[in-house]
Formats: sequence, C-alpha cells, structure tokens
Amino acid sequence: MNVILKRARLIDPVQQCDTVTDILIVDGIIRKIAKSISDAGNAQVVEMHGAIAAPGFIDMHVHLREPGFEHKETIVTGCTSAAEGGFTAVCCMPNTNPAIDDESVARHVHEEGKRAIEGIVDVYPIGAVTKGRKGEELAPMAELAAAGAVGFSDDGAPVANAGMMRSALEYSAMFGRPVIQHAEDPTMTKGGCMHEGRMSTLLGLPGIAPVAEEMMIGRDIMLLRYTSNARYHVAHISTRTSVEIVRNAKREGLAVTCEVTPHHFTLTDEAVTTYDTNTKMNPPLRTTDDVLAMKEALRDGTIDVIATDHAPHTIDEKEVEYTAAPFGIVGLETALGLAMAELVEPGYLTLMQLVEKMSTNPRRIVGLPAIQIEEGAPANLTLFRPDVRWTVDIAALRSKSKNSPFHGRALVGKAMGIINNGKIRLNA
Amino acid sequence: MALESRHLLGLEGVSKEDLTLILDTARSFREVLERPIKKVPPLQGKTIVNLFFENSTRTRISFELAERRLSADVVNFAASGSSVSKGETLKDTARNIEAMKIDMVVIRHQSAGAPHFLSRVVRANVINAGDGLHEHPTQGLLDMMTLREKHGSLEGMHVCVVGDILHSRVARSNIHGLRTMGADVSVCGPSTLMPPSIEELGVRVYHRLEDVIPSVDALNVLRIQLERQHSGLFPSLREYHRFFGVTKERVDRAPRPITIMHPGPINRDVEISADVADGEHSVILEQVTNGVAVRMAVLYLLGSSN
Repeated sequence: MNVILKRARLIDPVQQCDTVTDILIVDGIIRKIAKSISDAGNAQVVEMHGAIAAPGFIDMHVHLREPGFEHKETIVTGCTSAAEGGFTAVCCMPNTNPAIDDESVARHVHEEGKRAIEGIVDVYPIGAVTKGRKGEELAPMAELAAAGAVGFSDDGAPVANAGMMRSALEYSAMFGRPVIQHAEDPTMTKGGCMHEGRMSTLLGLPGIAPVAEEMMIGRDIMLLRYTSNARYHVAHISTRTSVEIVRNAKREGLAVTCEVTPHHFTLTDEAVTTYDTNTKMNPPLRTTDDVLAMKEALRDGTIDVIATDHAPHTIDEKEVEYTAAPFGIVGLETALGLAMAELVEPGYLTLMQLVEKMSTNPRRIVGLPAIQIEEGAPANLTLFRPDVRWTVDIAALRSKSKNSPFHGRALVGKAMGIINNGKIRLNA
Repeated sequence: MALESRHLLGLEGVSKEDLTLILDTARSFREVLERPIKKVPPLQGKTIVNLFFENSTRTRISFELAERRLSADVVNFAASGSSVSKGETLKDTARNIEAMKIDMVVIRHQSAGAPHFLSRVVRANVINAGDGLHEHPTQGLLDMMTLREKHGSLEGMHVCVVGDILHSRVARSNIHGLRTMGADVSVCGPSTLMPPSIEELGVRVYHRLEDVIPSVDALNVLRIQLERQHSGLFPSLREYHRFFGVTKERVDRAPRPITIMHPGPINRDVEISADVADGEHSVILEQVTNGVAVRMAVLYLLGSSN
C-alpha cells in the first residue's frame, strides 16, 4: 500500500505537534513527512485539504458479540463499524458465549480480528476476571494475557465480591494489566432500568440509584490503596460523585483511570420520556448536572478516555416493553461526531486532548505501545474532518445492529478513513 | 367536543379543559347508569379489545361494562406474564390487533410505557388501564369524579394519598389530575415507600397521618401489599397498621369530616379499619359506580372522535 496524504493537519500528542504537512506511506511504513512531497511515485493520492491525521483511535470498550451472539454483531461487522467510525483498534469485552475466560476463546477472537476486513482493525480481547463472569473463581488471567488479553473485566456485571476484587487486583498486578470494573452494587439495582430520580418517579420505571455506582468505585479504590502495583480502570463512569471519587484518588497518586461514553456526556434521563428503549443502558442516562460533571472531568483530566460501550442488539430485541429490553446502544460510528459536537466545539477539549482521550490514553491504559508518527514507523492513523456537519441515519450504520438513540441528530466531525497494518480504508 | 389526544395514556399533561370535559361527560353517563335501561348506542359497530397482561378483575369488569353499555363489541384478551415469557412479543400482539381491525384497545400491563409503545404501532385508540408503576388514568379520573360529586369543586381542596406511593400508579395519576384541577395534593407513608424526588411533582410529603389530618379534606387510602414487607421495605403489617392505618380514632380527630376513598381491593384493618371503610364518609362504593361512568366517558370521547 502506497499512499500520500496531501495537506494533512497532523495532530500528534506524543510529539505535541499540530502542523499541516504531506505524509508519504510506502508499504504501510511512513516514508516521509514534509511540507510538500512531490516525488510520491505511484502512491495513491488522498487530498486532505487540512483534514486531520491523528494516531489511530482505539475504542477500549466494545461488545463484538462473537462468539455466541452473532445475530447482534460479528467480529467482521463490528470491525467494519469501528473502521467507519475512525477506529484502528478495539478492545472487546468478554461477555460472549462462551465468555472470554479461557485462552482458546481469547486467541480465537484475536485471530478472527486479524482476518476481519483484511485485518485493518486490531482486535484486543479483554479477558474475564472470573470464570464464566460468575464472580466465584478467578479466570486464568496469566494465560489470557499470553493469548492477547490486554485487560480484565466481568463487564455487563460487576466484580461484586470484595474478596474476589482484592484477589483480581493483586493477581493482575503481576503482569501489569488493568482490572476494568463495571461499577454497580447489584444488591441495590435489581430490576432497575433507568436513573433513579425525578424522571423515574414520573415515568414509573424502577430506578438505578447513582450511589450503587459510587459505592462500588469507592470500595474498589480502598482495595486499590491496600494493594501494591495494581491498576484499576472504571468503565463507563456516569455520576458527578463517581468522578469526584476518582479525582481524589488520582490526587493521592493511586493507579486509577476511567472512561466515559459519548451518551453519558450527551444525553440525560429526560430522553427516557418516550419510553424509547434505545435510551436504556447501564449505567443509565443521568441528570443534566452529571452530564456537566462528565464534561468538566474530561477537561481537567480526571476522565482519561472516551470509550463507547458499543452494545449491539437487534431491533426485535429492543422493540419490547421498556423493562424487558436489554441494556445498551451501538456507538462506534457516532462517537467522534458526538465528541466533536459536545466537547470540542463548546471548548471543553482541544483537538489535541480529544486525540489523547481516543488514542494515546486508552492505549497506555491497556499497555499498548504509543503510536509513533515518524519516518520509518508503521502507519496507524485515523483521518477525520473536524468541521463536516452530518445527520445520523441509523439505516446507514455499518454495525449489524441499529440500536442508537441518535437517529436524526446533527453531529460535527466525521471520520474520513483509517490506515493500519499496511491497509487503507476510506469512507464513502 | 373532542379531546386533544387520540389516546389516554396518562393524566400527566392532560389539560384542565380535557379533564373537565371527561368529568362532565361522565356525569351524564352516571345518569344513564341510574336508568332502568342502561344501554346507549354511541359505539355501536366499534370493536374494543381489553388487553390485560396483568391480573385484574375489577378494572377489567368496569371497562367491559362501560364498553357494553355504549353498545360496542367487546373482546377480552388475558395473558399473564411478560411478553417474553408468553412467547409472543407485544409488538406482534399489536400487529395482530391491527390485522383484526380493532377500533380501540384497553391495555393493562406490568411494564410502564407499554401503552405508549402500543400507541406507536397501532392505529386504534389506546387507553391505559394501568401500566407498571406509571399511571392508571381512569382510576385517577374516577377518584376526581367522586371527589367533585361530593365536594362540588376540586379547586383548593386538600387530598392526601396514603400508603405505598412508590409502587402506586394510582398515586401518580391522582397527583397529576388533581393538581391540574387546582387541588392541593399531599402524600403520606413510610419513607421507604416514597418514590425519589416525589416532592418535585408538586406534592407535600408526610410521614405521620397526625400531621395531615388537621388540614385534609379527603384521604385516598392505598392497598398495602405483604410482598413489600418481604422485600425489606417495612417491618410488618402490624406496625404499618399502627402508624399508617386509617382508623376511626385518627379520622375522628379531624376538625371536619374527611372523605374516605380506596381504589380497592381493601385489606380490612390493615391500611384502613373496617369501621372507616364502611363509615358514613366513605365513598368507596361510589368510586366503583363512577368508575363505569368515567370509563364510558373516555371511551365515548375517544371513540367518537375518529
């Protein structure tokens, strides 16, 4: 693959550079970065017109559903959706069937990722913390790591038992992988299907109290303080108090990081009013004040990562009574547009910070090497137009599932394509 | 005269004009119910299905009576359990209804929002007969009708809903409807049976009946269910009765007679003592009669607007 990006705005947090340049890529390797490259040989020319080239984005919280739930998503369709959204890598959660709690499953997912759409999207499995995600016995973490798992989580369910969480933190510390917690005290949330508050009272839907998330994060941070060398990452953080707990733990110097989803910095529980099941997710959509807290925490660095919690479900699964519907929405193809519209345009994040939260930081957290954008390095790039305005059409999503609450929403910023593993894929 | 909406999904957001229209219409149907021949023709040729996904005897019978007295053709469909356990989705049930050319659907469902879902997928008028913990609008209307008949106007009267507010769709419909009509609404019950932020719906919250009784005009007493004790929300029915039971001793301390309502079925001597339930200020059986009248009014106003 020989490509020349003409007049690209290169934004690279590693070198803290933001400059307009040409980039020549030969056989997947960056050959030359210069103001104007004329001798590009037979390279495919991509006119960037000042659009951004950034280190490849990674979504560290994706449900690819394979194996076991291929009617919702497959590794191929999930990777296609990721590529369309501008991601060159995804971390996929282990709540498959069988769960990724065994090296054979981890290896299978990792290998299938290399075959899917010519391997342009790297698939990094997240291994389960406990066998079958049941919270009873530790999963073989060392074997899972050897088979390609970059972190551990029972996501979809919390590691609820404190003794088990302590073991998971201590054991995972031996090989430097994070434990990613779906923070929820299950004794408080049974039957809940939306944020507990004024709206749940009005709509008569069973609530999920924010304190159920906050308590679990608080507990885990106390366990982390008691453990040496462990790394703890909070998945899909959603409340003001949760980010305050993380902020304080970071000040204390603890190895804690966290992520937020685009829907948690965009929508509130007011969106549930119509009982549209595409507003049902876990954690639930919170209040206006919580949304503001997410934006502030992104700005001050408390929140390290934007991750989608891409959770495909079929229309038939979602078109049921609100209480019966499964949790989750797809997110890979709307993440960038929401982040640009909600965070960069209003000035919460600079473009540089956005790239950090979608590439540099998540890679560091899951222990992947930083992407180098320099001559001689393999090209791993996300190309996007920061100012294009577009409207979400769920029918156009490349994901196998269309469960998004953002149909018809006006967004800013869209992926142009990705370059990775010697391949280029440009969006239509 | 017609209502603003084609459906009755809840009382939240229904205008004072529409509520008044329904209550006035119900009053004239109430007169019909006193006649020797109780049947009138306005819904002749209309087909109504009563879709009950949750057990209910009295609400279903009340709707069915109302439908038959308006000369509609009536089909009853009862299914227990969620649509998932039943094997057919609510959407498929709805499509079947559509295919059978039903004009109106009365739905009771354990999941809040099920009537809203139905109203989006069928052309028929949808009437909510109780959805989860959300609303039970015709119960709210019959409570309002009963109070209006008894007190003349709802404006300025103080109504307190007593009991398990958390799990009560009746409470929510009462709050919305009565407040729109200008009544002062409060709720009273154990703190564990109060929904979060309920005061944001514009009601005062009490935890002692003694604090409400001096100023209240009517008590709407809710049924307390033993299963709430088992889920850890209150210690025992005995303790509940002692602190929240509507007893003669308590209501007799009021400066003026308190109208007593209950949506039924009554647990005698648990949430309400038998002498109060059967006492001279009880309108519990009036509520039942008005229930038929109010449902006739809703069916008539929605069914004849098509």
